[in-house]
Amino acid sequence: MVTTDRHSSELHEALARPRPPDAVSLAAWAVAAQVVDPEIPVLTIEDLGVLRSVKVSSDAVAVTLTPTYSGCPAMDAMRDDVLEVLTGAGYENVSVQLVLSPAWTTDWMSEIGKAKLREYGIAAPTGRATVRGSGPAGPIRLQLAVKCPRCSSLNTRELAHFGSTSCKSLYECRDCLEPFDYFKVL
Amino acid sequence: MSERINSDADSHADSHADDHGHADDHGHVDDHGHVAVDVTTLDAELIEGPSVATADVAEYALWLGDDSLILAQQLGAWISRAPELEEDVALGNVALDLIGHARSLLHYAGTASNRTEDDLAYWRTEPDFRSLHIVEQPNGDFAHTIARQFIVAHYLFELYSRLRASADATLAAIAAKAVKEVDYHRDHSTQWVLRLAHGTDESRRRMITALSDLWPYVDEVFRDNPLIDRLEGIAVRPSTLRSAFDAAIAPVLAEAELEIARGFVASGGGRTGTHSEHLAFLLAEMQVLTRAHPGASW
Repeated sequence: MVTTDRHSSELHEALARPRPPDAVSLAAWAVAAQVVDPEIPVLTIEDLGVLRSVKVSSDAVAVTLTPTYSGCPAMDAMRDDVLEVLTGAGYENVSVQLVLSPAWTTDWMSEIGKAKLREYGIAAPTGRATVRGSGPAGPIRLQLAVKCPRCSSLNTRELAHFGSTSCKSLYECRDCLEPFDYFKVL
Repeated sequence: MSERINSDADSHADSHADDHGHADDHGHVDDHGHVAVDVTTLDAELIEGPSVATADVAEYALWLGDDSLILAQQLGAWISRAPELEEDVALGNVALDLIGHARSLLHYAGTASNRTEDDLAYWRTEPDFRSLHIVEQPNGDFAHTIARQFIVAHYLFELYSRLRASADATLAAIAAKAVKEVDYHRDHSTQWVLRLAHGTDESRRRMITALSDLWPYVDEVFRDNPLIDRLEGIAVRPSTLRSAFDAAIAPVLAEAELEIARGFVASGGGRTGTHSEHLAFLLAEMQVLTRAHPGASW
């Protein structure tokens, strides 16, 4: 079943990072993909799965981003940064739109992104969004253990459901006793 | 709330006419349509195409948008005043999510009358608002706010779960995003209901009082209205949510050993512009800056 897994993981990656098929647009994608989340500056918008499309036409560049959370204030900065980095790279008539559909999920975060998050001191989302069971799911809701990014202990507990930004909650490690942010599954 | 949200399935198709890879190569079909926020797009461009809400859909979007907007404004007042710092952060985050939903919904509502989300939020007077009375109820003590959150978050979760299947692509897209966020709001309020109910005698007394104060406003939430008849397949019929709502809260109330005080039922009327005595004061505070300095930005 390895081939099936690989196929499904390729499909997943194509949904998380829908890179344009043509080389010209792909080059602009690579430029836009350098923009980082202003609140978590180790993650690029490509790592997050926030960069949804880049299309270069004869006289313009159209970019779409999707917000992580409906009210995420970082989106304004990301949009401005995309405009700036593409304009700085010589592209003209750059426009950036925000799209809501399909709804963003932490499942789209790249493995590289998750590793960078941990190194930065933020625990990466554990498990897929379907595990959390948003929507009309069964009565059993799972919460996988969250690993301390500092000492890797699984002996941690949630201090607060909501943290320093919309996308995080606040945890504490019961072994090293340090508090840490957890990028919660959405 | 200065940006514009553009939901336009046709212009999406046009602007990506040669970008078949977007839908085909990646095995993903964007069946919810395309909802976009674009600061650079002018209003005149937004009102073209099928993403313009009909008068009825706009009215429905206004209902839902006003609920989120008013509740968000209320929750914002807790920042720096909650019982603990984590709650300042939590209620602020919940409010932020709700503002996000309100922006999307009010923008869409405004497409029917060429008004922006700001026009709708800041320049309507009380009778033109469509919020439910429950979101207008004052913050009270922390238990009142939690009781209100508990009721509204559970209602919104059931609502958005079903609205994802709306025949209206824009409403469906907004709901698909919102449902995941209100799921966290539901968890948050549930945890607090349990903590307050099983905390001290004082916290339990307050939780009981809060639930009985808020419960009279639950009935209006699930009341149908002629508009809903006209929006079959687009809107979610409120009365159909009641059994799922009751089933979701029952185990929490049982674990908290709380009983619903079934007494009087408030008259309601928010959907037709008849509001509780609290809304006008809230609007005065929310709108004063914009009205004192029309068009100001920073």
